Amino acid sequence: MSHIPERQRADRRAFVANLLSQAPDALVVTGLGSAAYDVYAAGDRDLNYYLWGAMGGSTSIGLGLALAQPDKSVVVITGDGEMLMGIGSLGTIAAKQPKNLTIVVQDNGHFGETGMQQSHASLGTDLVAVAKGFGIANAQAIDSVEAGDGVAQSIRARQGTAFVQVFIEANEPPRALPPRDGPFIKNRVRSALGLKPF
Amino acid sequence: MTATPTAPQWQQDVFRVLKEGGIRQIAYVPDAGHAHVIRSAIADPDIQDVVLTTEEEGVAVSCGAWLGGQRCAVLMQSSGVGNCVNMFSLLQAADFPFLTLVTMRGEYAEFNPWQGPMGKATQAALELMGIHVLRVTKPEETAEIVSAGLDAAFEAGEKVAILLSQSLIGRKKWERK
Repeated sequence: MSHIPERQRADRRAFVANLLSQAPDALVVTGLGSAAYDVYAAGDRDLNYYLWGAMGGSTSIGLGLALAQPDKSVVVITGDGEMLMGIGSLGTIAAKQPKNLTIVVQDNGHFGETGMQQSHASLGTDLVAVAKGFGIANAQAIDSVEAGDGVAQSIRARQGTAFVQVFIEANEPPRALPPRDGPFIKNRVRSALGLKPF
Repeated sequence: MTATPTAPQWQQDVFRVLKEGGIRQIAYVPDAGHAHVIRSAIADPDIQDVVLTTEEEGVAVSCGAWLGGQRCAVLMQSSGVGNCVNMFSLLQAADFPFLTLVTMRGEYAEFNPWQGPMGKATQAALELMGIHVLRVTKPEETAEIVSAGLDAAFEAGEKVAILLSQSLIGRKKWERK
Protein backbone atom coordinates (compact mmCIF):
# COMPACT_ATOMS: atom_id res chain seq x y z
CA MET A 1 0.00 0.00 0.00
CA SER A 2 3.05 2.22 0.09
CA HIS A 3 2.42 3.26 -3.52
CA ILE A 4 -0.87 4.95 -2.70
CA PRO A 5 -0.49 8.65 -2.06
CA GLU A 6 -2.00 9.89 1.16
CA ARG A 7 -5.37 11.34 0.45
CA GLN A 8 -8.82 11.63 1.89
CA ARG A 9 -10.94 8.54 1.32
CA ALA A 10 -14.58 7.76 2.00
CA ASP A 11 -15.94 4.83 3.96
CA ARG A 12 -17.33 2.53 1.27
CA ARG A 13 -20.42 1.38 3.11
CA ALA A 14 -21.37 4.87 4.26
CA PHE A 15 -20.89 6.23 0.75
CA VAL A 16 -23.18 3.68 -0.90
CA ALA A 17 -25.81 3.91 1.84
CA ASN A 18 -25.92 7.69 1.55
CA LEU A 19 -26.05 7.59 -2.26
CA LEU A 20 -28.82 5.01 -2.56
CA SER A 21 -30.92 6.63 0.18
CA GLN A 22 -31.20 9.60 -2.17
CA ALA A 23 -31.91 7.55 -5.30
CA PRO A 24 -34.70 5.24 -4.15
CA ASP A 25 -36.15 4.72 -7.64
CA ALA A 26 -32.87 3.94 -9.40
CA LEU A 27 -32.15 0.58 -10.96
CA VAL A 28 -28.81 -0.61 -9.57
CA VAL A 29 -26.40 -3.09 -11.17
CA THR A 30 -23.41 -4.13 -9.07
CA GLY A 31 -20.06 -5.60 -9.94
CA LEU A 32 -19.10 -8.79 -8.15
CA GLY A 33 -17.49 -8.84 -4.72
CA SER A 34 -17.25 -5.89 -2.38
CA ALA A 35 -19.41 -3.57 -4.48
CA ALA A 36 -22.25 -6.08 -4.33
CA TYR A 37 -21.80 -6.41 -0.57
CA ASP A 38 -21.87 -2.63 -0.15
CA VAL A 39 -25.12 -2.30 -2.08
CA TYR A 40 -26.73 -5.20 -0.23
CA ALA A 41 -25.58 -3.83 3.13
CA ALA A 42 -27.35 -0.58 2.31
CA GLY A 43 -30.61 -2.53 2.22
CA ASP A 44 -31.81 -5.14 -0.24
CA ARG A 45 -34.08 -3.75 -2.96
CA ASP A 46 -36.10 -5.32 -5.74
CA LEU A 47 -34.42 -2.92 -8.17
CA ASN A 48 -30.92 -4.26 -7.42
CA TYR A 49 -29.19 -6.63 -9.81
CA TYR A 50 -26.16 -8.21 -8.10
CA LEU A 51 -23.39 -9.97 -9.99
CA TRP A 52 -21.54 -12.88 -8.43
CA GLY A 53 -19.43 -13.53 -11.53
CA ALA A 54 -19.22 -12.31 -15.14
CA MET A 55 -16.37 -10.02 -14.10
CA GLY A 56 -16.17 -7.00 -16.38
CA GLY A 57 -19.85 -7.19 -17.28
CA SER A 58 -21.54 -4.78 -14.86
CA THR A 59 -21.19 -1.64 -16.99
CA SER A 60 -22.42 -3.39 -20.14
CA ILE A 61 -25.43 -4.80 -18.29
CA GLY A 62 -26.07 -1.26 -17.11
CA LEU A 63 -25.92 -0.04 -20.71
CA GLY A 64 -28.43 -2.59 -22.01
CA LEU A 65 -30.73 -1.81 -19.09
CA ALA A 66 -30.41 1.96 -19.51
CA LEU A 67 -31.24 1.73 -23.22
CA ALA A 68 -34.26 -0.47 -22.48
CA GLN A 69 -35.54 1.79 -19.67
CA PRO A 70 -34.77 5.36 -20.74
CA ASP A 71 -37.21 6.84 -18.21
CA LYS A 72 -35.51 5.19 -15.23
CA SER A 73 -32.21 6.10 -13.65
CA VAL A 74 -29.67 3.29 -13.89
CA VAL A 75 -26.64 3.18 -11.61
CA VAL A 76 -23.75 0.76 -11.90
CA ILE A 77 -21.81 0.38 -8.66
CA THR A 78 -18.60 -1.55 -9.06
CA GLY A 79 -14.99 -1.67 -7.96
CA ASP A 80 -11.80 -0.65 -9.71
CA GLY A 81 -10.82 -4.24 -10.54
CA GLU A 82 -14.14 -5.11 -12.18
CA MET A 83 -14.17 -1.79 -14.03
CA LEU A 84 -10.68 -2.42 -15.38
CA MET A 85 -11.64 -5.85 -16.73
CA GLY A 86 -14.46 -4.31 -18.76
CA ILE A 87 -12.73 -1.01 -19.45
CA GLY A 88 -13.57 -0.98 -23.17
CA SER A 89 -17.25 -0.80 -22.24
CA LEU A 90 -16.66 2.84 -21.36
CA GLY A 91 -16.10 3.45 -25.07
CA THR A 92 -19.23 1.49 -25.91
CA ILE A 93 -21.22 3.53 -23.39
CA ALA A 94 -19.73 6.80 -24.61
CA ALA A 95 -20.80 5.95 -28.17
CA LYS A 96 -24.41 5.71 -26.96
CA GLN A 97 -24.38 8.42 -24.25
CA PRO A 98 -27.47 7.17 -22.42
CA LYS A 99 -28.67 10.12 -20.35
CA ASN A 100 -29.92 7.87 -17.55
CA LEU A 101 -26.71 5.94 -16.84
CA THR A 102 -24.29 6.69 -14.02
CA ILE A 103 -21.22 4.57 -13.32
CA VAL A 104 -19.85 4.66 -9.81
CA VAL A 105 -16.46 3.04 -9.27
CA GLN A 106 -15.53 2.35 -5.67
CA ASP A 107 -11.79 2.66 -5.98
CA ASN A 108 -9.55 1.34 -3.24
CA GLY A 109 -6.75 0.65 -5.69
CA HIS A 110 -6.84 -3.05 -4.88
CA PHE A 111 -8.41 -6.37 -5.78
CA GLY A 112 -10.27 -6.78 -2.51
CA GLU A 113 -11.83 -10.19 -3.02
CA THR A 114 -8.58 -12.02 -3.69
CA GLY A 115 -6.32 -10.74 -0.95
CA MET A 116 -5.86 -7.02 -1.56
CA GLN A 117 -3.35 -7.18 -4.39
CA GLN A 118 -2.71 -3.76 -5.86
CA SER A 119 -4.66 -2.92 -9.01
CA HIS A 120 -3.74 -0.68 -11.92
CA ALA A 121 -5.80 2.05 -10.28
CA SER A 122 -3.09 2.46 -7.65
CA LEU A 123 -0.22 1.70 -10.04
CA GLY A 124 -0.65 4.60 -12.40
CA THR A 125 -4.03 4.32 -14.15
CA ASP A 126 -6.19 7.41 -13.79
CA LEU A 127 -9.74 6.13 -14.22
CA VAL A 128 -11.27 9.60 -14.68
CA ALA A 129 -8.80 10.36 -17.46
CA VAL A 130 -9.61 6.98 -19.02
CA ALA A 131 -13.37 7.68 -18.90
CA LYS A 132 -12.87 11.13 -20.38
CA GLY A 133 -10.58 9.71 -23.03
CA PHE A 134 -13.27 7.24 -24.04
CA GLY A 135 -15.69 10.15 -24.43
CA ILE A 136 -17.57 10.39 -21.14
CA ALA A 137 -17.16 14.11 -20.57
CA ASN A 138 -18.93 14.14 -17.20
CA ALA A 139 -16.28 12.18 -15.31
CA GLN A 140 -15.08 13.16 -11.86
CA ALA A 141 -13.33 11.82 -8.78
CA ILE A 142 -14.67 12.34 -5.27
CA ASP A 143 -13.45 11.27 -1.86
CA SER A 144 -16.19 11.88 0.71
CA VAL A 145 -19.57 10.53 1.67
CA GLU A 146 -21.08 14.01 1.38
CA ALA A 147 -19.95 14.35 -2.25
CA GLY A 148 -22.39 11.56 -2.98
CA ASP A 149 -25.23 14.06 -2.52
CA GLY A 150 -24.37 15.72 -5.82
CA VAL A 151 -24.00 12.35 -7.53
CA ALA A 152 -27.47 11.35 -6.32
CA GLN A 153 -28.88 14.58 -7.67
CA SER A 154 -27.37 13.87 -11.08
CA ILE A 155 -28.65 10.27 -10.99
CA ARG A 156 -32.19 11.56 -10.41
CA ALA A 157 -31.87 14.24 -13.10
CA ARG A 158 -30.93 11.82 -15.95
CA GLN A 159 -29.28 14.58 -17.95
CA GLY A 160 -26.28 12.69 -19.26
CA THR A 161 -23.95 9.75 -18.86
CA ALA A 162 -21.79 10.21 -15.79
CA PHE A 163 -18.70 8.48 -14.45
CA VAL A 164 -17.75 8.85 -10.79
CA GLN A 165 -14.59 7.50 -9.22
CA VAL A 166 -14.97 7.34 -5.47
CA PHE A 167 -11.75 7.03 -3.53
CA ILE A 168 -12.56 4.64 -0.69
CA GLU A 169 -10.52 3.20 2.13
CA ALA A 170 -8.84 -0.12 1.40
CA ASN A 171 -10.51 -1.96 4.24
CA GLU A 172 -12.78 -4.96 4.33
CA PRO A 173 -16.02 -4.38 6.19
CA PRO A 174 -17.96 -7.45 7.34
CA ARG A 175 -19.32 -9.42 4.41
CA ALA A 176 -22.97 -8.84 3.60
CA LEU A 177 -23.92 -11.45 1.06
CA PRO A 178 -26.73 -10.72 -1.41
CA PRO A 179 -28.75 -13.57 -2.93
CA ARG A 180 -26.70 -15.75 -5.30
CA ASP A 181 -29.77 -17.12 -7.06
CA GLY A 182 -29.41 -15.51 -10.50
CA PRO A 183 -32.90 -16.30 -11.84
CA PHE A 184 -34.45 -14.97 -8.62
CA ILE A 185 -32.73 -11.59 -8.75
CA LYS A 186 -33.31 -11.31 -12.51
CA ASN A 187 -37.02 -12.02 -12.21
CA ARG A 188 -37.32 -9.79 -9.16
CA VAL A 189 -35.97 -6.81 -11.13
CA ARG A 190 -38.24 -7.58 -14.07
CA SER A 191 -41.25 -7.97 -11.84
CA ALA A 192 -40.52 -4.64 -10.13
CA LEU A 193 -40.55 -3.08 -13.60
CA GLY A 194 -43.92 -4.64 -14.33
CA LEU A 195 -42.49 -7.10 -16.86
CA LYS A 196 -44.16 -10.47 -17.21
CA PRO A 197 -42.47 -13.86 -17.58
CA PHE A 198 -42.24 -15.07 -21.17
CA MET B 1 -22.32 6.15 -49.42
CA THR B 2 -24.98 7.17 -51.97
CA ALA B 3 -24.43 4.12 -54.15
CA THR B 4 -24.58 1.34 -51.55
CA PRO B 5 -24.69 -1.97 -53.41
CA THR B 6 -27.78 -4.04 -52.73
CA ALA B 7 -27.15 -6.45 -49.90
CA PRO B 8 -27.53 -10.19 -50.55
CA GLN B 9 -31.11 -11.38 -50.00
CA TRP B 10 -30.11 -13.60 -47.07
CA GLN B 11 -28.69 -10.58 -45.21
CA GLN B 12 -31.90 -8.70 -45.86
CA ASP B 13 -33.80 -11.70 -44.52
CA VAL B 14 -31.77 -11.64 -41.30
CA PHE B 15 -32.66 -8.05 -40.58
CA ARG B 16 -36.32 -8.51 -41.48
CA VAL B 17 -36.66 -11.49 -39.13
CA LEU B 18 -34.91 -9.66 -36.27
CA LYS B 19 -37.10 -6.62 -36.77
CA GLU B 20 -40.31 -8.64 -37.01
CA GLY B 21 -39.22 -10.63 -33.98
CA GLY B 22 -39.21 -7.52 -31.83
CA ILE B 23 -35.44 -7.07 -31.50
CA ARG B 24 -34.87 -3.59 -30.05
CA GLN B 25 -31.11 -3.67 -29.47
CA ILE B 26 -28.45 -4.95 -31.85
CA ALA B 27 -25.00 -5.12 -30.27
CA TYR B 28 -22.13 -5.96 -32.55
CA VAL B 29 -18.52 -6.29 -33.42
CA PRO B 30 -18.63 -5.77 -37.18
CA ASP B 31 -18.09 -8.30 -39.91
CA ALA B 32 -18.72 -8.04 -43.64
CA GLY B 33 -21.43 -10.70 -43.34
CA HIS B 34 -23.29 -8.53 -40.82
CA ALA B 35 -22.86 -5.30 -42.79
CA HIS B 36 -26.46 -4.99 -43.97
CA VAL B 37 -27.94 -5.74 -40.55
CA ILE B 38 -25.65 -3.21 -38.90
CA ARG B 39 -26.47 -0.53 -41.48
CA SER B 40 -30.17 -1.24 -41.12
CA ALA B 41 -30.01 -1.13 -37.31
CA ILE B 42 -28.27 2.24 -37.42
CA ALA B 43 -30.94 3.56 -39.78
CA ASP B 44 -33.87 2.20 -37.76
CA PRO B 45 -35.17 4.60 -35.09
CA ASP B 46 -36.79 1.73 -33.15
CA ILE B 47 -33.56 -0.25 -32.80
CA GLN B 48 -30.57 0.74 -30.69
CA ASP B 49 -27.31 -0.12 -32.44
CA VAL B 50 -24.51 -0.76 -29.97
CA VAL B 51 -20.99 -1.07 -31.34
CA LEU B 52 -18.82 -3.07 -28.94
CA THR B 53 -15.10 -2.99 -28.24
CA THR B 54 -15.19 -6.75 -27.55
CA GLU B 55 -17.87 -9.37 -27.95
CA GLU B 56 -18.35 -10.25 -24.28
CA GLU B 57 -19.74 -6.77 -23.73
CA GLY B 58 -22.55 -7.83 -26.05
CA VAL B 59 -23.43 -10.81 -23.88
CA ALA B 60 -23.81 -8.46 -20.91
CA VAL B 61 -25.66 -5.79 -22.92
CA SER B 62 -28.12 -8.47 -24.03
CA CYS B 63 -28.76 -9.49 -20.41
CA GLY B 64 -29.24 -5.86 -19.38
CA ALA B 65 -31.71 -5.37 -22.21
CA TRP B 66 -33.72 -8.37 -21.07
CA LEU B 67 -33.67 -7.14 -17.46
CA GLY B 68 -35.25 -3.97 -18.80
CA GLY B 69 -37.78 -5.75 -20.98
CA GLN B 70 -36.16 -5.61 -24.42
CA ARG B 71 -34.91 -8.23 -26.83
CA CYS B 72 -31.31 -7.89 -28.01
CA ALA B 73 -29.39 -9.74 -30.70
CA VAL B 74 -25.59 -9.90 -30.64
CA LEU B 75 -23.62 -10.05 -33.88
CA MET B 76 -20.06 -11.30 -33.97
CA GLN B 77 -17.50 -13.19 -35.99
CA SER B 78 -16.40 -16.68 -34.96
CA SER B 79 -13.21 -15.31 -33.42
CA GLY B 80 -15.39 -13.30 -31.02
CA VAL B 81 -16.93 -16.42 -29.51
CA GLY B 82 -13.63 -17.11 -27.81
CA ASN B 83 -13.69 -13.67 -26.24
CA CYS B 84 -17.07 -14.42 -24.65
CA VAL B 85 -16.49 -17.69 -22.86
CA ASN B 86 -16.57 -16.63 -19.21
CA MET B 87 -19.27 -14.02 -19.85
CA PHE B 88 -21.49 -16.83 -21.12
CA SER B 89 -21.66 -17.87 -17.43
CA LEU B 90 -24.04 -14.99 -16.95
CA LEU B 91 -26.54 -16.62 -19.30
CA GLN B 92 -26.52 -19.86 -17.35
CA ALA B 93 -26.21 -18.45 -13.85
CA ALA B 94 -29.27 -16.25 -14.23
CA ASP B 95 -30.99 -18.17 -17.06
CA PHE B 96 -31.16 -15.30 -19.52
CA PRO B 97 -32.52 -15.74 -23.05
CA PHE B 98 -29.77 -15.15 -25.59
CA LEU B 99 -29.50 -14.84 -29.35
CA THR B 100 -26.25 -14.39 -31.23
CA LEU B 101 -25.53 -14.53 -34.95
CA VAL B 102 -22.00 -15.64 -35.72
CA THR B 103 -20.36 -15.25 -39.11
CA MET B 104 -17.91 -18.10 -39.61
CA ARG B 105 -14.28 -17.93 -40.58
CA GLY B 106 -11.63 -20.61 -40.82
CA GLU B 107 -13.90 -23.31 -42.24
CA TYR B 108 -14.23 -22.81 -46.02
CA ALA B 109 -11.87 -21.32 -48.61
CA GLU B 110 -10.07 -19.54 -45.79
CA PHE B 111 -7.08 -17.45 -46.78
CA ASN B 112 -5.90 -16.45 -43.30
CA PRO B 113 -4.47 -19.22 -41.12
CA TRP B 114 -5.00 -17.12 -38.00
CA GLN B 115 -8.75 -17.61 -38.40
CA GLY B 116 -8.47 -21.40 -38.32
CA PRO B 117 -8.03 -22.28 -34.66
CA MET B 118 -10.98 -20.32 -33.26
CA GLY B 119 -13.17 -20.93 -36.31
CA LYS B 120 -12.82 -24.68 -35.96
CA ALA B 121 -13.47 -24.51 -32.20
CA THR B 122 -16.40 -22.10 -32.38
CA GLN B 123 -19.28 -24.57 -32.29
CA ALA B 124 -17.68 -26.72 -29.60
CA ALA B 125 -16.89 -23.66 -27.46
CA LEU B 126 -20.50 -22.50 -27.65
CA GLU B 127 -21.80 -25.96 -26.81
CA LEU B 128 -19.35 -26.33 -23.92
CA MET B 129 -20.94 -23.23 -22.43
CA GLY B 130 -24.45 -24.59 -22.82
CA ILE B 131 -25.47 -22.65 -25.91
CA HIS B 132 -27.68 -24.30 -28.50
CA VAL B 133 -26.17 -24.07 -31.98
CA LEU B 134 -28.09 -23.75 -35.25
CA ARG B 135 -26.40 -23.32 -38.60
CA VAL B 136 -27.32 -21.64 -41.87
CA THR B 137 -25.58 -23.04 -44.93
CA LYS B 138 -27.94 -22.08 -47.78
CA PRO B 139 -29.25 -18.59 -48.49
CA GLU B 140 -32.85 -19.73 -48.88
CA GLU B 141 -33.00 -21.27 -45.38
CA THR B 142 -31.76 -18.12 -43.62
CA ALA B 143 -35.11 -16.60 -42.67
CA GLU B 144 -36.52 -19.85 -41.31
CA ILE B 145 -33.50 -20.73 -39.18
CA VAL B 146 -32.99 -17.22 -37.79
CA SER B 147 -36.69 -17.11 -36.96
CA ALA B 148 -36.49 -20.51 -35.27
CA GLY B 149 -33.53 -19.38 -33.18
CA LEU B 150 -35.21 -16.13 -32.23
CA ASP B 151 -38.34 -17.96 -31.06
CA ALA B 152 -36.33 -20.50 -29.09
CA ALA B 153 -34.47 -17.66 -27.36
CA PHE B 154 -37.30 -15.33 -26.52
CA GLU B 155 -40.29 -17.69 -26.33
CA ALA B 156 -38.53 -20.57 -24.58
CA GLY B 157 -35.69 -18.72 -22.88
CA GLU B 158 -32.97 -20.70 -24.63
CA LYS B 159 -29.46 -19.54 -25.32
CA VAL B 160 -28.99 -19.77 -29.07
CA ALA B 161 -26.15 -19.17 -31.49
CA ILE B 162 -26.85 -19.18 -35.21
CA LEU B 163 -23.72 -19.86 -37.21
CA LEU B 164 -23.71 -18.26 -40.65
CA SER B 165 -21.46 -20.54 -42.70
CA GLN B 166 -18.45 -19.18 -44.49
CA SER B 167 -19.73 -20.81 -47.69
CA LEU B 168 -22.90 -18.71 -47.32
CA ILE B 169 -20.97 -15.50 -46.85
CA GLY B 170 -18.68 -16.20 -49.77
CA ARG B 171 -14.99 -15.87 -50.39
CA LYS B 172 -13.34 -12.81 -48.95
CA LYS B 173 -11.76 -10.60 -51.57
CA TRP B 174 -8.19 -9.89 -50.57
CA GLU B 175 -7.10 -7.43 -53.23
CA ARG B 176 -8.25 -3.90 -52.73
CA LYS B 177 -9.53 -2.08 -55.80
